[in-house]
Amino acid sequence: MYTYSEFDKAFLAERNAQFRAQVERRIDGSLTEEEFKPLRLMNGLYLQLHAYMLRVAIPYGTLRSAQMRQLALIAEKWDKGYGHFTTRQNIQYNWPTLRDVPDMLDALSEVEMHAIQTSGNTIRNVTADHFAGAAADEVGDPRPVAELLRQWSTDHPEFQFLPRKFKFAVIGAEADRAVIRAHDIGIQLVEKNGKRGYRVLVGGGLGRTPMIGKVIRDFLPEEDLLPFSEAIVSTYNILGRRDNKYKARIKITVHENGIETYKELTEARFAELRPEFEGVDQQILANIKSQFAAPAFRNATTEAYDAAYYSDPVFRAWADTNLSAHKAEGYAIVTISLKKHGETPGDATADQMRLMADLGEKYSHDDIRISHEQNVILPHVHKSDLPALHAALKTQGLATANIGLISDIIACPGMDYCALATARSIPVAQEIAQRFDALKMEHEIGPLKIKISGCINACGHHHVGHIGILGLDRAGVENYQITLGGDGTEEATIGQRTGPGFSYEEITNAIERIIKAYLAHRDSADETFLETYRRLGADPFKAALYPDKAEGKSNAA
Amino acid sequence: MSVIVTDAGFAATDWAADLDAAEILTLPSDTKPQDVDLSGAPKLVRVEFPSSADGRGFTIARVLRDHGYTGKLRATGHVIADQYAMARRCGFDDVEISDDLAARQPEDQWKFRANWQQNDYQSRLRGA
Ligand code: SF4
Repeated sequence: MYTYSEFDKAFLAERNAQFRAQVERRIDGSLTEEEFKPLRLMNGLYLQLHAYMLRVAIPYGTLRSAQMRQLALIAEKWDKGYGHFTTRQNIQYNWPTLRDVPDMLDALSEVEMHAIQTSGNTIRNVTADHFAGAAADEVGDPRPVAELLRQWSTDHPEFQFLPRKFKFAVIGAEADRAVIRAHDIGIQLVEKNGKRGYRVLVGGGLGRTPMIGKVIRDFLPEEDLLPFSEAIVSTYNILGRRDNKYKARIKITVHENGIETYKELTEARFAELRPEFEGVDQQILANIKSQFAAPAFRNATTEAYDAAYYSDPVFRAWADTNLSAHKAEGYAIVTISLKKHGETPGDATADQMRLMADLGEKYSHDDIRISHEQNVILPHVHKSDLPALHAALKTQGLATANIGLISDIIACPGMDYCALATARSIPVAQEIAQRFDALKMEHEIGPLKIKISGCINACGHHHVGHIGILGLDRAGVENYQITLGGDGTEEATIGQRTGPGFSYEEITNAIERIIKAYLAHRDSADETFLETYRRLGADPFKAALYPDKAEGKSNAA
Repeated sequence: MSVIVTDAGFAATDWAADLDAAEILTLPSDTKPQDVDLSGAPKLVRVEFPSSADGRGFTIARVLRDHGYTGKLRATGHVIADQYAMARRCGFDDVEISDDLAARQPEDQWKFRANWQQNDYQSRLRGA
């Protein structure tokens, strides 16, 4: 895993010293809140509904155990004993006081972490496939590329005041586990004629106007990545709209100008920038790659796993849902659910973080991941260690067997924390999870992704949920719109709205009606919700959601 | 009146005050930098910043430099002290701010970032 160079350390120390001075100037009154605002935003400090919120970057979702322990310590010492993992591989602390923030940042820097560029109209935390380096299907580990992009984008002098925020995501396999098609720039490692390169997508995004990213280069040679990325963002900085915040993202720029024009301008700028990168960046990349070398996997029997699998039904249920295929024989990728029924999706207490840190150190080669689906992943666990790991997880309420099922819900903070929210999202997620747990239908329903956003900004990715829920405000009353058929994978699809929304009291019943319609219509237990939806379209689900309307229609016909 | 900021702080006089109008090219923030005609060989190009949130001027400066402009480059308008390092790194030589802004953001806040050449990821990655 990457460890900071002397350069990284010196940069971060200076940056933290600058911010400490700025906070002091704010507290002694020499900076007004208005003047302080852009400065705190450059350092990930937001002012939320009830308090400040500090958003800490977890670059490409990767943590060492020592880093996870430090996150726990920060939660305990300066917050209320927990943190919230977000859909962009960040962790948010919801209750810090301003005076403590410089100390929190220093504590983060001790473990080579920071909150730089987790807000503001700049290049944000670079995210990556949470199975990177472990997935059986990858061409290469996307994290070295993501680290190179992190260094390039950090403090980039040209790109601190873009028209709007800007997000990169990187994957190393055909399967898209990082939703690159919904990012401003999506990068996929590919191989052509034995040579490594990148497929580059541009202009994807969710929010008010969801768009799927378009290919701007099908094969970009490896050494061209930084100048090409710089050309894309440079073009956007000039061309992006600044007259309307809602039309300022690159997806609108690409849409309004057309991908051909955007590509032409980018290529012209790229030709100018290419000579400036003389190869030092590639040496730095080679060094980063060596730090991400695969761990030494062991060759051992999996008898202990097999025995537990056949004798312990609770373990078996967990193994069936929470494990994924690993590239090394005898190994598994473990997803730890932060979606226990009735809890806040993505929240973890300090004790839970410490346990996960210990388990990551003991069983997963000191490698821990945070997924955009708000779960924690131990990427390299030998199967013989799984029974002990599972037993340990149970002690902290971390053994919920629901990955990919109806209660594994993505929900943004919504009205409980977020100043922009128009509705609650966490309680909706809690109620849906509890409902289907009580009905004991979760495993029967099978793979299903519900995603909930508390406003049109779509931080909960509702557009790409198989079932998406968007909480709006209709004349002071919460109203939840439903979309169906969304998909955040390589087959990226934006969900379609079903019709009028539902009240807070009705939304869980509405979801139950959709599920019952699915169970009634699927051609076998093997046909997933998404497959049934794709086969039949929205009609049977609309009929279940709006029975009166369906009757009215047939009467008229 | 305005104040010129350099690495040394607030300049007592503006070296450009003696230039002819014809020797100065002023570019608004919505300029398309690839189309700027530098054939008149201006001695000073001023790039306007209407708001500190509008970062177009940074790209304009970079493109002009990449197109071979070697004369003086000046960022003028609503640039704040915390952007000084960005402006210098993008190729500006100095910054021109209003007296009003200079009063609110005194000289020490600008000189604080006179060390803009240090801790710069870009020069590291470009191997300068
Ligand atoms: S979707 Fe809206 S409510 Fe939810 S976190 Fe984003 S801005 Fe806040």
